[in-house]
Amino acid sequence: MSISSTAIPSLADRVRRIATATQVVGVHFFGRKPVFVLGEEHLLFADDEEKRVAVHGGGILASASDSARIVTGGDDGRLVATDAHGATSELASDDKKRWIDRVALGPDHSVAWSAGKTAHVITGKNEHRSFEAPSTVAGLAFAPRGFRLAVAHYNGASFWFPNAAAKPEFFEWKGSHLSVAISPDGRFVVTTMQEPMLHGWRIADSKHMRMSGYSARVRSMSWTADGAFLATSGSEQLILWPFDGKDGPMGRQPRLMAPSEARVTVVAAHPKQAVVATGYGDGAVWMVRVEDGALIGARQADGTPVTALGWDNSGQVLGFGTEQEAGVLTL
Amino acid sequence: MATPQSSDKIPVTVLTGYLGAGKTTLLNRILSEPHGKKFAVIVNEFGEIGIDNELVVNADEEVFEMNNGCICCTVRGDLVRIIDGLMRRKGKFDAIIVETTGLADPAPVAQTFFMDENVGAKTRLDAVVTVADAKWLKDRLKDAPEAKNQIAFADVIVLNKTDLVSADELRDVEGHIRAINPYATLHRAQRSNVAIDDVLGRNAFDLDRILDIEPKFLEADDHGHDHDHDHDHHHDHGHHHGDGHNHHGEGSGLKHYHDEDMQSVSLRSEKPLNPDKFFPWVQELVQTEGPHILRCKGILAFKDDPERFVFQGVHMILDGDHQRPWKDGEERLSRIVFIGRELPQEKIRQGFASCVA
Repeated sequence: MSISSTAIPSLADRVRRIATATQVVGVHFFGRKPVFVLGEEHLLFADDEEKRVAVHGGGILASASDSARIVTGGDDGRLVATDAHGATSELASDDKKRWIDRVALGPDHSVAWSAGKTAHVITGKNEHRSFEAPSTVAGLAFAPRGFRLAVAHYNGASFWFPNAAAKPEFFEWKGSHLSVAISPDGRFVVTTMQEPMLHGWRIADSKHMRMSGYSARVRSMSWTADGAFLATSGSEQLILWPFDGKDGPMGRQPRLMAPSEARVTVVAAHPKQAVVATGYGDGAVWMVRVEDGALIGARQADGTPVTALGWDNSGQVLGFGTEQEAGVLTL
Repeated sequence: MATPQSSDKIPVTVLTGYLGAGKTTLLNRILSEPHGKKFAVIVNEFGEIGIDNELVVNADEEVFEMNNGCICCTVRGDLVRIIDGLMRRKGKFDAIIVETTGLADPAPVAQTFFMDENVGAKTRLDAVVTVADAKWLKDRLKDAPEAKNQIAFADVIVLNKTDLVSADELRDVEGHIRAINPYATLHRAQRSNVAIDDVLGRNAFDLDRILDIEPKFLEADDHGHDHDHDHDHHHDHGHHHGDGHNHHGEGSGLKHYHDEDMQSVSLRSEKPLNPDKFFPWVQELVQTEGPHILRCKGILAFKDDPERFVFQGVHMILDGDHQRPWKDGEERLSRIVFIGRELPQEKIRQGFASCVA
């Protein structure tokens, strides 16, 4: 069964479309004003007036944001912060000009990034700390509470406490872990793997969770606002793993929604309601209500894969990007 | 490059070779020729000589095992990440060259293109090019398993520093190479001075172009260094050398060796095969012998099937498809080649024979 685009309500005609001529790799917001991260060199501020801000001298490999800044890592070996006015400042640079390809923002204006095997943190007190992972850092995520950072790498994930002398806590599972997320209640850590599957651990007792059945490598995951579900890409439908209850998804089946002939490429959960914006390899974007799978269209399929999705904090504005254009839908 | 491209996937050339063979010299030669092409170059972090190119990525060669119960299914984790990142600069380069360390096994690099969907969707493996030192290769084949792997795995071998050996020594080392890999295209070179078109744009992994390697099959058969003595030698020498390649010294002066460790097994059948027997057999074979099989290739004629079936493989990974209809008057011959370490030749031969329809 597939989505029949004729029968479903669509807001696609309300979308403001912006030709980018280059791929969009991230969406962030200052208030309700969207900023698109382009694959190379620029941020595209898509206010009433559009403006491009040069942030890197090459490819932009990673980005993260809080209300005050967008932080990007580039193949020029630089870590750059950009504020709401488009003013940029270099936070760090790699001494060997290695790629900075993972970035995460934490509490008290702390920022984490990685280049090769080294994960770095600048704390809210402007202190620099680093951690040598056993292999290249493939994922970084701050825990919702406390000053802790999950670092994904080959054969597992490490929990690093940058302000403590203690050795990082190691969660082991054989294979290559390529990104990491921590549940909003801080009880579970989940990685995406080289294989089409997720792996998870309950942090309290390191109990394993294997989540498989995907048709492709999972490249995007997002927690729903209430933390009850982890939405994921990687299949020809939206896959939602249940994380309510003390055992999370252990022994339970995921919810499968919004089936399509195209594969889900990006997911972004709404910041307030149980709704997941879901982007597909054929260019379609649907808003999927978790409760009953009801759909509202945000972008029609046109054959160009959706590459980025994001909501503003209020959940009133959805931004999305493809390999050729950006779009803004104000609800 | 003269080769027409049907797909818009970025071609990737893997440049390998033992320490000191001349990889970096070849790389710099490729980059400095006035061909108008732009390359993204992925080099290992410990490379000692500077590369003069705009897009150079330093890689930490990280070989990762896949979680599929197969010990030979390995990928280069760094390549998965780097190719993802490089694709943000699509349009800034025409091709990618991956230079491995001298001790690297080419298989994980090649397997990355089959195992990772994202890499396979955006790029295609063009060829494994191995640079070998004419003076020292024979010694390395004795004491360095990595060097032997690199020769066995190669689509193109650049036999470098030929000015440092006598004509006799050169024929001798070529004989040793052919004992391991009779199918690669061999080019003699000094200071890596090989024509760029001989190493780039080879399409060695393109199923649609397995046709192009047919002269290699036949040529190897002509010279009989594939340890296959079952077929008759009815091919004419002359017209197999008209394929534009540069096969120095491969005439009657070539010495014949048998490598105890690494061999190729070449089989053929004039009778059509039964696909219901062939596929289970070949899958079982690569499941059990996969760690020993470095490369395999085949062109198959199935009974009552109007189309040629072609396949290739790296260790346990097989990739195959129907290629095109057999032409009127074309001999419907099935041919299959394995290159590997300590291959059970008799078992493979018997298994293949039992696939006849």
